[in-house]
Amino acid sequence: MYVYDNYDHAIIEDRVKQFRDQTNRYFDGKLSEDEYLPLRLQNGLYVQRMAPMLRVAVPYGMLASNQIRKLAEIARKFDKGYAHFSTRQNVQFNWPELADVPDILEELSKVEMHAVQTSGNCIRNTTTDQFAGVCHGEVEDPRPYCEIIRQWSTFHPEFAFLPRKFKIAVNANTLADRSATDVHDISLHLVKNDAGETGFRVVAGGGLGRTPIIGSTIREYLPAEDMLTYLDAIIRVYNQKGNRLNKYKARIKILVKALTPEVFAELVEEEWSHIKDSESKLTPELIEKMKSYFTEPAYETLEDNCASYEAKLAESKGFSSWVSRNVEQHKKPGYAIATLAIKRAGHAPGDVTDVQLDKIADLADKYSFGETRTTHEQNIVLADVKKSDLFAIWEAAKEAGFATPNLGLLTDMICCPGGDYCALANAKSIPVADEIMRRFDDLDYLHDLGEIDLNISGCMNACGHHHVGNIGILGVDKKGEEFYQISLGGDSGKITDTAIGKILGPSFNRDEVVDVLDKILNIYVEQRQQDELFIDTFKRVGMSTFKERVYAKAN
Amino acid sequence: MPKLIKNRAVVEDDFELIQALNEGESAPAGKIILPIQVYLDQRESLSSRNDIAVWLESDQPAEMLKDVADEVAFLAVNFPKFADGRGYSYARLIRERFNYTGELRAIGDVLLDQLHFMARCGFDSFAVREDRDAEEALQAFETFRYSYQGANDNPSPLFRKRLG
Ligand code: SF4
Repeated sequence: MYVYDNYDHAIIEDRVKQFRDQTNRYFDGKLSEDEYLPLRLQNGLYVQRMAPMLRVAVPYGMLASNQIRKLAEIARKFDKGYAHFSTRQNVQFNWPELADVPDILEELSKVEMHAVQTSGNCIRNTTTDQFAGVCHGEVEDPRPYCEIIRQWSTFHPEFAFLPRKFKIAVNANTLADRSATDVHDISLHLVKNDAGETGFRVVAGGGLGRTPIIGSTIREYLPAEDMLTYLDAIIRVYNQKGNRLNKYKARIKILVKALTPEVFAELVEEEWSHIKDSESKLTPELIEKMKSYFTEPAYETLEDNCASYEAKLAESKGFSSWVSRNVEQHKKPGYAIATLAIKRAGHAPGDVTDVQLDKIADLADKYSFGETRTTHEQNIVLADVKKSDLFAIWEAAKEAGFATPNLGLLTDMICCPGGDYCALANAKSIPVADEIMRRFDDLDYLHDLGEIDLNISGCMNACGHHHVGNIGILGVDKKGEEFYQISLGGDSGKITDTAIGKILGPSFNRDEVVDVLDKILNIYVEQRQQDELFIDTFKRVGMSTFKERVYAKAN
Repeated sequence: MPKLIKNRAVVEDDFELIQALNEGESAPAGKIILPIQVYLDQRESLSSRNDIAVWLESDQPAEMLKDVADEVAFLAVNFPKFADGRGYSYARLIRERFNYTGELRAIGDVLLDQLHFMARCGFDSFAVREDRDAEEALQAFETFRYSYQGANDNPSPLFRKRLG
């Protein structure tokens, strides 16, 4: 994991001081509400329906056990005893007092954490694969590049006031895209060229929200050393030409579409030609140095086959079904990747208590070199565990309530905070997620349904990524009442190719949603051939089959 | 007289900002900052004066300033709202692409918390909004000891320093 040096510490300390001063000036009336707003936003501080919400950055999802313990401490001391993992791999506190936020930031800085640029119209936290560095199928570990981007984007003086928020994702895996990379403002795909050198395929102009668009490739191969100057060029073009009059047209995706990807790419290349050899060009030494922070932990040399593990698998059905859903192959023999499923009925997806956080930290220390990763699906990964420890981990996870073997299944939903917390919401999303969890609690049935991404957003802003769910649920407002629109056929790139879902038809009220979902699942079960996944059945039979049956009049 | 931060000190601003001129009206005498389009329209009669500066609106391309940079007192870029960040890119282009070395002034919604970013992008004078305390705003330049990325003030990113 990246470790701060004196410079990183100084920069974050200066930031804490700056924010304390800004907050004091706000309380003294020297900064108006309007002027303080973007300043606090750039520090992750929203004012929501009930209280401020503080979003803490978890750079590309890496969290060490001492950081998790600090989050637990903050949850106890400054919040109501819990924290929330977001779909952007970050952590949120829902109930801090505004006046306490400078102190919270100071506490965070002690464990190399901050809330810099977790909201506002600036470059946000860069995201990547939660299995980076440990999974099969990776071109190279993407995290050194993510950290280089993190540093470059932190207080970038030119890009602090962009037309809209700006999100970059990096994918290095050729087998699966676990971070919905191509619906980001910029996505960088690590590739090797014919000479075996590392570089990126550069995709720009993806995004969700009102106008979901899959990004376009604007450069097939960019040498790794040119990464930052090229990002500078893209964002400089966007900063000058992006729409600033209508916030719904302000994302880069609208600009790329309006200009066409070809013309946009030409503008970027033109800009880049002037700056490509500036001092911001990376050096091989820097890339090597950054890689040295992400070296392998002290793995033991193990046989891949582990007799005690195999025996437990044969013995315990519960254990084996957990392994089949929540454990992934590790690139090292004898090791595995275990995901703790933290979503439970009765709790908002992503919510964890302080006690659970401490428990996660303990598990990480005991079994996984003291590190964890947060995921886009709002779960927690122990990325480096020995197969021989899996049974003990399962038992501990079960006790803590993290062992529901539902990863990737229907109830492993992505869900935004929605109307319970978010001022922008059209409808509540958490109670819908909760009803779904309660209705579909039969694990055998869930396993039989297989992999289905179900994503829920409380409004068009699409924080729950409903467009790229195989099944998407979107809160809409109909004459002041909460309704839900359902879409089918989306894919974040995790299961098949990235696709935007299509709307099933007229929306439903809250009471109907779960029944409609049930109908959809029944149609799938009836139509599927052999082991076909939901998304494949949908693609084969098409929307009309679902539509006719869901809207058929009962007689 | 309005206050100006220049060379990291508060001074009196003796230039008058002209927001717009009426159709056919000619530029007044005295030290003035004219909209760039007005200056271009009357360039022939104005280019001999040495008490005229020009300002660019945020929705005008920075290229408009390129040709006139050598003949005016200084260049200014307007920030109609502090959240409109186009001026930061313009400043870098003016300095780094057009190689302008004269005074580059930020005008409009110029507030303490943006000064650090503006200075890094190449502005060297700041017409702090009149209802704000320019003296207090001076602290903004001291906020950060280090920056990660290269910019106009220091093109060398921190990683080069770290590598030694
Ligand atoms: S999708 Fe809408 S309701 Fe949900 S968190 Fe985002 S803005 Fe709020």
